[in-house]
Amino acid sequence: MKIAVCIKQVVTREWQLRVNDSKTWIRDQDASFELNEPDAYALEEALRLKEKHSGEVVVCSAGPARASSVLREALARGADRAIHVEADALASADAFAVADALAAALRDEKFDLVLTGLQSDDQGFGQVGVVLAEKLGMPHATIIMEVKAEEGGLRVKRELEGGWFQWMTLPLPALLTIQSGINQLRYATLKGIMAAKKKEIRKVTPSAAASPAQKMLAIHFPEKGKKTQMLPGSPAEAAKALVQKLREDARVIQ
Amino acid sequence: MILVVAEQREGKLNRASWEAIAAAQHAGGPVKIAVLGSAVDAVASELAAAEAAEVIVVDAPALEQYTSDGHVMTLAALIAEEQPSQVFLPHTYQTRDFAPALAARLQRALITDVTALKAPRGAMVFVRPVFQGKMSAEVTAEGPSPHFVTCQIGAFRADAAKRGSAPASVRKAAIDVDASKIRQKPEAPFKEAKQAVDLSQAERIVAVGRGIKAQEHLEVAEQLAQALGAEIAASRPICDAGWLPMDRQIGSSGQTVAPKLYLALGISGAIQHLVGMKGARTIVAINKDPEAPIFEIADYGIEGDLFEVVPALIAELKK
Ligand SMILES: Cc1cc2nc3c(=O)[nH]c(=O)nc-3n(C[C@H](O)[C@H](O)[C@H](O)COP(=O)(O)OP(=O)(O)OC[C@H]3O[C@@H](n4cnc5c(N)ncnc54)[C@H](O)[C@@H]3O)c2cc1C
Ligand SMILES: Nc1ncnc2c1ncn2[C@@H]1O[C@H](COP(=O)(O)O)[C@@H](O)[C@H]1O
Repeated sequence: MKIAVCIKQVVTREWQLRVNDSKTWIRDQDASFELNEPDAYALEEALRLKEKHSGEVVVCSAGPARASSVLREALARGADRAIHVEADALASADAFAVADALAAALRDEKFDLVLTGLQSDDQGFGQVGVVLAEKLGMPHATIIMEVKAEEGGLRVKRELEGGWFQWMTLPLPALLTIQSGINQLRYATLKGIMAAKKKEIRKVTPSAAASPAQKMLAIHFPEKGKKTQMLPGSPAEAAKALVQKLREDARVIQ
Repeated sequence: MILVVAEQREGKLNRASWEAIAAAQHAGGPVKIAVLGSAVDAVASELAAAEAAEVIVVDAPALEQYTSDGHVMTLAALIAEEQPSQVFLPHTYQTRDFAPALAARLQRALITDVTALKAPRGAMVFVRPVFQGKMSAEVTAEGPSPHFVTCQIGAFRADAAKRGSAPASVRKAAIDVDASKIRQKPEAPFKEAKQAVDLSQAERIVAVGRGIKAQEHLEVAEQLAQALGAEIAASRPICDAGWLPMDRQIGSSGQTVAPKLYLALGISGAIQHLVGMKGARTIVAINKDPEAPIFEIADYGIEGDLFEVVPALIAELKK
């Protein structure tokens, strides 16, 4: 099975978010970056499918030069080769622009299966995978928690709300958006890291950007709605105040 | 006209549909409501209570079970007929599954997970979370209409949806849904083997998030739970990692709880977590990040390292 996995580089959760001067995106020059969480699960699922059914796993990321580090990491975990659609504007691009860039890079390779994460930790569109499926003319299924390759197609388990699930089948080629927790992740070994150095990262330049479907005017920290009573002081002081509040004001403990 | 796409499963309306209706009414102008399925008359008459120009039903055997292809095909045809200026949907898992494909097929903008509308009568500005709710973005939709908008669950109040003085008229749209073009073949929804714990009845819950860092640290949370007489629960990443069983997960894909006390340890407060616990009477958050969104819904907050605060709490409770 020839599998593509779309992976995005995002700022790490620990990084203190800072807004840029025009207040339209973050100032990430000094940020640390990591692989978008569900995309790590998508990659793992692709590697497992390859181990079972043989084939090839190709990772693809659309982003500025720094995005090559997540591609390198994916290669170290076992991906066979990588495609980097490189452009600075892709760091904060709209979902349609990203899907266009990915579709152009993947279309001619005729993948059997394309995997994406279900959502990015930064933009959180929840769109790129499904839009990409439409652009590639593939059927898709989202929020996937299990994948079985069967004669002529796939049988996949979709997560529904509130603890419900549903199996569905769909023909190949297809695109799936993968939910976190579908499998247990593996990490790169030293051997993998060494092997990754010899693997190919092919760079492609996106063609003229499609007109954005959504325009970012500003980002800001949300205004605080409900008034939270913050309990100050040392841990012991805060703990004491909290227990008193819970006993005497909220009356939720004895 | 704004077209709202309501959601039903097995003839039962998803409550979040009313939130999308409220948002569309708030945006101004006439509203029409569409519902897709098979034998959904009861849902249609329920929706007809809304103040709306009309309720449009697309009833076809091929739509009995939800599929992405079925929805995209049907709504593309309906939108071509109705020419709405905008299409509003609730940001459910089902909407996530088909709306991006529909917008891409029609080459129209889609703004997802919207929490607020600004200047509803001028050029509309949409507010949506970015960075897992740690920040908000203000965005506009570009290009020709209709623009698609999905409303975050809980952001607009269902009970704010205006009801009409008389029921809206219900019309069946004559749209052919070609079953042979549906590539996904769904099976019946199911729940995983019996849940061992029912947290919905718990009076007190101590919930741990990724701030707990390692499985062996769960013990300190368990000690706190014991001191409080509380059940232990978790955010999704903790269950994904296998540190606690899935049936202890709180949130949109886990359990929904409404205890007297919900104490969140090292949980950031992403919307998918909040929808499962914001009905708690008293919410306490302990987090080292003062900007964590969990503090927006907490009654009491302690900014600090849980590994220092929790032992102090346990000691205090034992006094
Ligand atoms: C379709 C979908 C469904 C989902 N369903 C669910 C669901 O049902 N339930 C759910 O929970 N999530 C769900 N999620 C995931 C959700 O979006 C978040 O990713 C998740 O809730 C984050 O978990 P967290 O708060 O534990 O981790 P993080 O967001 O990483 O937050 C960890 C927090 O711990 C704090 N912290 C770190 N160290 C310390 C310390 N020493 N002391 C105190 N605080 C500390 C940090 O400041 C941070 O705020 C879903 C996502 C999607 C897209
Ligand atoms: N710039 C990108 N490069 C590669 N894959 C991406 C990119 N942006 C989004 N994706 C993929 O699309 C998924 C959904 O992203 P989003 O629509 O931004 O929430 C992610 O989990 C990734 O798998």
